[in-house]
Amino acid sequence: MLQLDALTKTYKTGDKALKEVTLDVPPAQVIALIGPSGAGKSTLIRCINRLVEPTGGKVMLEGTDLTSLNASALRRERRRMGMIFQEYALVERLTVMENVLSGRLGYVGFWRALTRRYPQKDVDEAFRLLDRVGLLHMADKRADQLSGGQRQRVGICRALIQDPALLLVDEPTASLDPKTSRQIMRLICELCAERGLAAIINIHDVALAQMFVARVIGLRFGEVVYDSAPDGLTPDKLTEIYGEEDWEATIEKVDDEEDQTIEAAQ
Amino acid sequence: MRVPGETQTTLGERLGTRWRRPPLVQRVWLRWLLMIGFSAYLVAAIASVEVNWSRVYEGLERGGAFVMAFTSPDFVSRADAIRSGMLESIVMTVASSVVGILISIPIALGAARNIAPLPIYIVCRGIIALSRALQEIIVAILLVAIFGFGPLAGFLTLSFATIGFLSKLLAEDIESMDRSQAEAIRATGARWSQWIDYGVKPQVIPRLIGLSIYRVDINFRESAILGLVGAGGIGATLNTAFDRYEYDTAAAILILIIGIVMALEYISGIIRARVQ
Amino acid sequence: MPVAETASGPVWRLRNRNQTLARWFVWLLGIAIFLWCWQRISDATTWFFVWDAPRIAGDILDRATPPRWSYIDKLWVPIWDTLNIATLGTIGALVLAVPTAFLAARNTTPSALFVRPIALLIIVSTRSINSLIWALLLIAIIGPGVFAGIVAIAIRSIGFCAKLLYEAIEEIDQTQVEAITATGASRWQVMLYGIMPQIMPAFAGIAVFRWDINIRESTVLGLVGAGGIGLQLQASLNTLAWPQVSLILLVILVAVVISEWVSAKVRGAII
Repeated sequence: MLQLDALTKTYKTGDKALKEVTLDVPPAQVIALIGPSGAGKSTLIRCINRLVEPTGGKVMLEGTDLTSLNASALRRERRRMGMIFQEYALVERLTVMENVLSGRLGYVGFWRALTRRYPQKDVDEAFRLLDRVGLLHMADKRADQLSGGQRQRVGICRALIQDPALLLVDEPTASLDPKTSRQIMRLICELCAERGLAAIINIHDVALAQMFVARVIGLRFGEVVYDSAPDGLTPDKLTEIYGEEDWEATIEKVDDEEDQTIEAAQ
Repeated sequence: MRVPGETQTTLGERLGTRWRRPPLVQRVWLRWLLMIGFSAYLVAAIASVEVNWSRVYEGLERGGAFVMAFTSPDFVSRADAIRSGMLESIVMTVASSVVGILISIPIALGAARNIAPLPIYIVCRGIIALSRALQEIIVAILLVAIFGFGPLAGFLTLSFATIGFLSKLLAEDIESMDRSQAEAIRATGARWSQWIDYGVKPQVIPRLIGLSIYRVDINFRESAILGLVGAGGIGATLNTAFDRYEYDTAAAILILIIGIVMALEYISGIIRARVQ
Repeated sequence: MPVAETASGPVWRLRNRNQTLARWFVWLLGIAIFLWCWQRISDATTWFFVWDAPRIAGDILDRATPPRWSYIDKLWVPIWDTLNIATLGTIGALVLAVPTAFLAARNTTPSALFVRPIALLIIVSTRSINSLIWALLLIAIIGPGVFAGIVAIAIRSIGFCAKLLYEAIEEIDQTQVEAITATGASRWQVMLYGIMPQIMPAFAGIAVFRWDINIRESTVLGLVGAGGIGLQLQASLNTLAWPQVSLILLVILVAVVISEWVSAKVRGAII
């Protein structure tokens, strides 16, 4: 569904953030992207929807080459890619509902956006999504009144209301506590399964990645150095990705004792 | 995460309902009152402005002539008047800034509640309030009436205005300074003057310098209009140029003013970067 | 650390000798410049009038009190005009300042090379020139009256508002903009959802702040014929009607205090 073909990004400073990354993402597959800081994880995600302009290679989304599109065609394709951000990136002074509905901006015109008169279908979908993540009662609260976990749920709703085929998720748990992190990861993976979405989740917590995904890609200095099932992440492999460290404690399987937490949280 | 007492809504209730952004003003009557009141005011205000459109239309040509004058400013024909006027403006700016800053420092100390005793505080705050409430140009009119025409009135006006501006901002800075540093100096047994010198001064000097340069900038801009009421400076020359429709001379003066203000802003940027 | 060697051993100094000399030189130069400036002012002053000043001041005060209260009937219309000049001028300025600010801010300007310098030039030139000078100019162009005052206030305020606003735009959180862009929003929608909500508080604050300043400035615009209460002030001064002058000054003082109170209230409500 998504193919990256020799995707390259060289910054103006000469830093090579991505070196000919080639990748094939089949439909409905959730992938974790791991690697040390500066490995190019964020750049890779942003090159796919061209928030960062790649300097070489191709991004094919269901047969369309995204790198060759003009501005308006790119906007149409961006609707098919929902994005979830590290620091939530909600518009803090807008209400929860406005933030969720902003995911429909690619579908509505300027005046509807200005007057907040979204089609009833979109409004209903926003209510449904908020209900799904347990925040329906917060719909009219301002985004900056929410806790971190709540904000990330709103961010997820914003991405899903786009009706995407692919989710691009950039460090969804980096600013959350361990328990909330797991709830959010579980929520994302559940929603992907429900809707048959593919996802690329950029994550630095290896244990968390192993818990939830079927395929892990390791990135180091802008190159893919690992692409396989999470079980294959041996200490040797991790050393190859991250550098020398004692890995035994990190990859020890975490007990999945918190299955009920998400219901409790709602 | 549900807060007790919050309205519990279910999905079924909300589906199919219209959604509106919650209004800024919650009370309906107040919202309408504000909106209608403001619109009514706007209509009344615009209706009461008499515009002689034919006069405006005629003026467009003169406006075009003025804009064109900027492409060929005339520095030469009134060179003497421009030079002496500019010099007078600069002289007034420098003198009034020096005197204003020197006077505003003790007043700022007096107007800082954490340093000054209450009676002094009230007196100093009174001076600041008076200086801030009176427009420069009005002070200039009164001082011209009292001291006669000339740059002395302008100099006194700008000094007075500087005091209000600088003392207020400086006093606020002193009030928000780090107490522990000042206390540490006091703990060494320093006298009051030593305490100010070592405990307070180092903390507020960078801000004092920054504000002073900013005020020099303002004083120069103000000095350009004091001439309109006879208080010296380039304003008188400018006024004459407009009266005689000598747009090229007026353009020359305005370009000089803009140039000097830009230069001052540039210099102040450098100095502020150095002291901080 | 500078240490001076003296006969009785080393002594610590804050600065070494050259630094001390340089400082003295700068101070001396500064004092010389100030004295020269003072000399010029003094030369241009008729000191006879100055020695006479206390008597004249007393005389004026004597004549100006009590204010001629009945004159207030003639002031209601000018007060209304003054309020309109300030308010309509501020609104006009904001309408023009918003696009200027977007063109001047580094992160929203369409072209940093061509458009941004023009926007910055507009900001600097409108800001450097006092509203009274703008009023003089506009009166020469479109004739005296309230309209010239409104336009003068509006032009003068563009630079002020646009400068503060573009600084606010440059400080916004870029990830929020990125998030809206990623949804496939158009350029204008990004502005509407990503940028506008972030700068609204700054915008409201600037608007009220400038309105407060404009009330003060519009009280004196009449001195050059641009409408408002300044016209009455000028007329009263010309006829040496000091009791009327004192009443007008009182009215201006009250207006300034009220506008400062209103702007403080509104700012408190917004932030």
